[in-house]
Amino acid sequence: MTETGFGSHSPEGTVAEIRASVTAGRRSPRDIVDHSFARAAQVRAGADGLNAILWSDIAVAHNEAAALEPRLNGPDAPLLAGVPIVVKDNIATVGSPTTCGSRILAGYHSPFEATAVSRLRDAGAIAVGKTNLDEFAMGSSTEFSAFGRTKHPLDPRLVPGGSSGGSAAAVAAGITPAALGSETGGSVRQPAAFCGIVGVKPTYGRVSRYGLVAFASSLDQIGVFGAHVDDAAAVLQAIAGRDGLDATSSDAPVPDYGEYPPTLRGLVIGKPREYFPHQLDPRIADLCERALDRCRELGAAVREVSLPHTELAIPVYYIVAPAEASSNLARFDGVRYGLRVTDHGLRGMYEATRSSGFGPEVTRRILLGTYVLSAGYYDAYYAKAMRARTLIATDFDEVFRSGVDVLFTPTTPTTAFAAGSRTDPYQMYLSDIFTVTANLAGIPALSLPIGRIDGLPVGGQLLAPHFAEQRLLGVARLLEHSLGAEAHR
Amino acid sequence: MSVRETVESPRAADSVASGAFEMVVGLEVHVQLLTRTKAFCRCATDFGAPPNTNVCPVCLGLPGALPVLNEHVVDLALRAAIALDCEIHPVSIFARKNYFYPDLPKGYQISQYDRPLATAGRLTTDATGETAASTVRITRVHIEEDAGKSVHDRFAGVSAIDLNRAGVPLIEIVSEPDIRSAAAAGAYLRALKQLLEYLEVSDVNMEEGSLRVDANVSARPVGASTLGTKTELKNLNSFSAVERALDAEFARQCALLGAGQRVMQQTLLWDAGSAAVRPARSKEESHDYRYFPDPDLPPLLVDRARIKRVRNDLPELPAARKARYRETFGLGAYDADVLTAERSLGSYFEEVARAHRDSKTAANWVMGEVRAALNARRLEIDRFPVRPADVAELLDLVASGTLSGTAAKRVFALMAETGDRASQIAAREGLAQVRDDAALREWIEQVIAEHEPEATRCARGERKLLGVLVGFVMKKSKGRADPKRVNQLLAERLGV
Repeated sequence: MTETGFGSHSPEGTVAEIRASVTAGRRSPRDIVDHSFARAAQVRAGADGLNAILWSDIAVAHNEAAALEPRLNGPDAPLLAGVPIVVKDNIATVGSPTTCGSRILAGYHSPFEATAVSRLRDAGAIAVGKTNLDEFAMGSSTEFSAFGRTKHPLDPRLVPGGSSGGSAAAVAAGITPAALGSETGGSVRQPAAFCGIVGVKPTYGRVSRYGLVAFASSLDQIGVFGAHVDDAAAVLQAIAGRDGLDATSSDAPVPDYGEYPPTLRGLVIGKPREYFPHQLDPRIADLCERALDRCRELGAAVREVSLPHTELAIPVYYIVAPAEASSNLARFDGVRYGLRVTDHGLRGMYEATRSSGFGPEVTRRILLGTYVLSAGYYDAYYAKAMRARTLIATDFDEVFRSGVDVLFTPTTPTTAFAAGSRTDPYQMYLSDIFTVTANLAGIPALSLPIGRIDGLPVGGQLLAPHFAEQRLLGVARLLEHSLGAEAHR
Repeated sequence: MSVRETVESPRAADSVASGAFEMVVGLEVHVQLLTRTKAFCRCATDFGAPPNTNVCPVCLGLPGALPVLNEHVVDLALRAAIALDCEIHPVSIFARKNYFYPDLPKGYQISQYDRPLATAGRLTTDATGETAASTVRITRVHIEEDAGKSVHDRFAGVSAIDLNRAGVPLIEIVSEPDIRSAAAAGAYLRALKQLLEYLEVSDVNMEEGSLRVDANVSARPVGASTLGTKTELKNLNSFSAVERALDAEFARQCALLGAGQRVMQQTLLWDAGSAAVRPARSKEESHDYRYFPDPDLPPLLVDRARIKRVRNDLPELPAARKARYRETFGLGAYDADVLTAERSLGSYFEEVARAHRDSKTAANWVMGEVRAALNARRLEIDRFPVRPADVAELLDLVASGTLSGTAAKRVFALMAETGDRASQIAAREGLAQVRDDAALREWIEQVIAEHEPEATRCARGERKLLGVLVGFVMKKSKGRADPKRVNQLLAERLGV
C-alpha cells in the first residue's frame, strides 16, 4: 500500500509544516481543508470504506477556514494555524453531532463545546470531522460502534484498535496530521500502536474533561494522536492546562512541550519485567529490545525493574470502570434528549429506551457496574478494587522514586487482530493489559511506532511520573529520530 | 390507577392505651441554602422563575458536563454545622446516590454519604408551656443537591418536569432518636428553624420547600432501652403536620404492639386530609442507591483557618440576642422571648426602639399591634408596608401628646391598610389631639350647659363629678381633646 498526503510521507504534512506554510501565506487554510477532504475521499474514510469518520461537512470546514484568515496576519499567528484535526465523537462539538457511537445519541447535537475543542479552535485548528469509536468508548477494536466498525487503513479485514479507532485510522491514513481521542484504559495508545502512529495519554487532570462524555470519570482523559511525536506535542500544548469547568483539572504549570534535550545522557529507563512475560511474542520483545538499544546509544541507562501489582490491573480496571460507567450512563434515560422509546409507563420507557439504545458491550458493563456497587457487594468488589488501585499507583511511585525517569514497555501484546476474532469479552479486555495501569495510576503514557511484524505496526510504550509529559515527549522524539524509517519497517 | 393500599391497623378492640409505650423520634431536615447560584453550576436559585429557565448543561445533566462546587455552599453549611456544635471534618467526600427518576437529570444525586461534612452536634431547645428544656444530639450535617420537580396535575395524561430546582444546594440535618414526644419534635423544629433563620443560612420557608422534614418514629415499652422497629414519615408539610402525624403513627404502632403484632419497617406518607398515614409505593422505598465517591469532585477540604473565619463571622444567635434585649432594652424574659422568636421580628423591633427610644413601648407595639396586623394579613414582616421608622413616628406622636392612645390604634390600622405615614393619616382623618384652649373651652361650655346639675354639684365640692364631666367633653370631641388639659380647664372654670 502506498502512503500519501498527510502523515509520514507527505512533503508538507506535519503540524509545524502546515502552520509554517499557512502563516507564510504559501497555502490558505481553505487549501489545507480541501487537501484533507480529498485525502479522505481517496482513502474512502466514510461509511463506504474505512468508516473512520462519522461526520464531516466541507462547507462547515470552509467557513472555519475563512474565519481563521484574519488571525493569520502578524507575528503571533496561533500555534495550530490552519491545522486540520478530527475529533473522537464522544467529545462535544458545536455545529456537528456528538453521538458517542451509540444509537441512544444518534443525531444528538451538544449545545456546548468541550474545553479541549474550544482550545484547539482558539489555537487555529480546524475541526474537519468526528470520528468513529466503540460505543461510549467501551471496547478495544472499534467494532462496537452502532454505526459499524472502523477498518484498519493497512488491511480492511483487521481492526484499527479502539476505542479511538476512527481517530487513529484517520491520522494513519493521512487525512489529518493529528486528532483527539480519549483514554480510559488505553483507547488512544492501543489504536496508535495498531495503526503505526503516536498516541499520548496525558496525566489525569492535565487536559480538561469538560465536554468529554464520561465513561469512567476517574480514569477518563482526552488524549492526542499525531503522525509524529511533534504533531502530538503541539496539539497537547494547545489543550493542556487548568479549566475552571473541570474540578479535577490540575493547575500545575504547562511547560513547553517543544523543548527537549539533545541526548538521553543521564536518563534512566526502567524495563518492568511484568510487561515482558515469557509468553510475550518474541518478535515484539525483539523490537522493544532494538528500541532500548537505540536509547542506550543515545546515552540512557536501561535498568530492569518490577511493578509487582501489575497482574491486578485488568481485574481492578474491570470493576472500577464499569462501576463508574453504570452511574455515568444513567442520564441516558429518554427523558430529556437522545433516543426515547415509549412503552408502558415510566419504567417501560426506561427499559425500552435503554435496551434498544445501548449495544451489547455497553449493556454488559452497565450490568457489571451496577452489580459491583450493589448493597452487600460494594466492599467485596468496588472498595477492594480501589485499594488494589492504590497498590498499582504505589508501584509506579516507588519505581520513579528509585531513580527511574521513564519506563519502557510494549504497548500491546499483539499487533492488530482480525475483526470478529475476539468474541470472548475477556480476550478482548486482555488487549489493554499493558495500558490500563497508566490510567489506574493517573500517570502520563505514550505509544510510538517501533517497527513492524508481517507489515503490521508495533508500538512501544513510555510511561513517566505525573505531569512529566515534557520528559515523555522528549524521550519519544529522540527515539523516533533514531529509529527513523525503521519504525515503520 | 393502582389499588390504594392501607397500613395494617388492629381492630379497635385490640388496641391498648399508648401510656404503656414511649415515643422515640429522630428527624431528618432538608434545608435549602440561601445561595444566589446552584451547588455545582452558576444557574440562579430564585424561586418562582418560569419552568426550566434556570438551567444549564450541568444541571440538565447533558453529556460531557461536569459539576464544580460553589464555595458559598460550603460556607453556609459550615455556619450551620458550627452553630449546631458539630465536629467539622477536615476531609469530606461527595458521593453519588444513584436512582432513576425523571426529575433527576443525571440519574444520580450528588450528596455526601460515609464521609459527611460534620457530625456529632447538638441543639438545645428552651422550655415551653408543654415541654421541658432539652438537648437533641445531631448525628450529621451534610451537603447535597436538590432534584427537580415533577408536576403531575398540570397537563392531562402526562407529567411535566421543571428542572429549575435541580442542583439547588441543600444541607441535610439528621438528629439522633432523642425526641420523646410530638410536642418535643415541634420544639426542636422551631428551635432549628429559628437558628437557621438567624444564621441567614436559609429562608426556612416550608411552603416554598426550603425546609422539609422527614420523621423516623418507633414505639417501645416505657423503661426499655432498645429501640423498636421504626417507620419513616414523609409528606409532612408543616410543623403541626409533623406533630399530628407523629401522634397518629405512634398511636397506630402502640395499638399494633399492644395487640401483640409487629410494626413493619416502611415509609409512610402523611395524608393531612384524612389525618392518617398510608404506605408509600414499594418502588419509592426499596432503593439500593449504590453510593460511591463522585469521581468528578475532589475531596472537600476544610482547614482550621476556614472554620475559624466562619465562626468569627457567625451572626448573633437567639440566646445572645435574648440576653441583649433584656440588658440593653430593659425587656422582661417573656418580651425578649417573643421578640427573638423570629430574627426578622426582632430586627424590626430594634429599629423601632432605636428610632423611638422608649423601648418598652416599642416592644408592646411590635408584639401587639404589629404582630396582630401581620397575622390578620398573613404577611411576612419583610413584606409589611408599615416600616419600623413609620411605627416610631407614630409612637413619637403619642409621646408628644399629638395622638391619644386610642387614636393611635386607629391610625396604625390605616397605616397597615394604605402604607401612608402616621402624620399624614392623623391630619387627613382629623385624629390629632386638640390642645387649643379656645376649642377646648367651647366644648366645656357646651357640656356645662347640657349637664348643668352635675356642673353645679361639682362646683359645690363634689369633685368626683369632675371626671364625669371630662368624659362628656372627650365624647363631644370624639376623643380628640387632650384629656389632661380638659381636666385643668374644667377645674379652673368650676373653681375647684
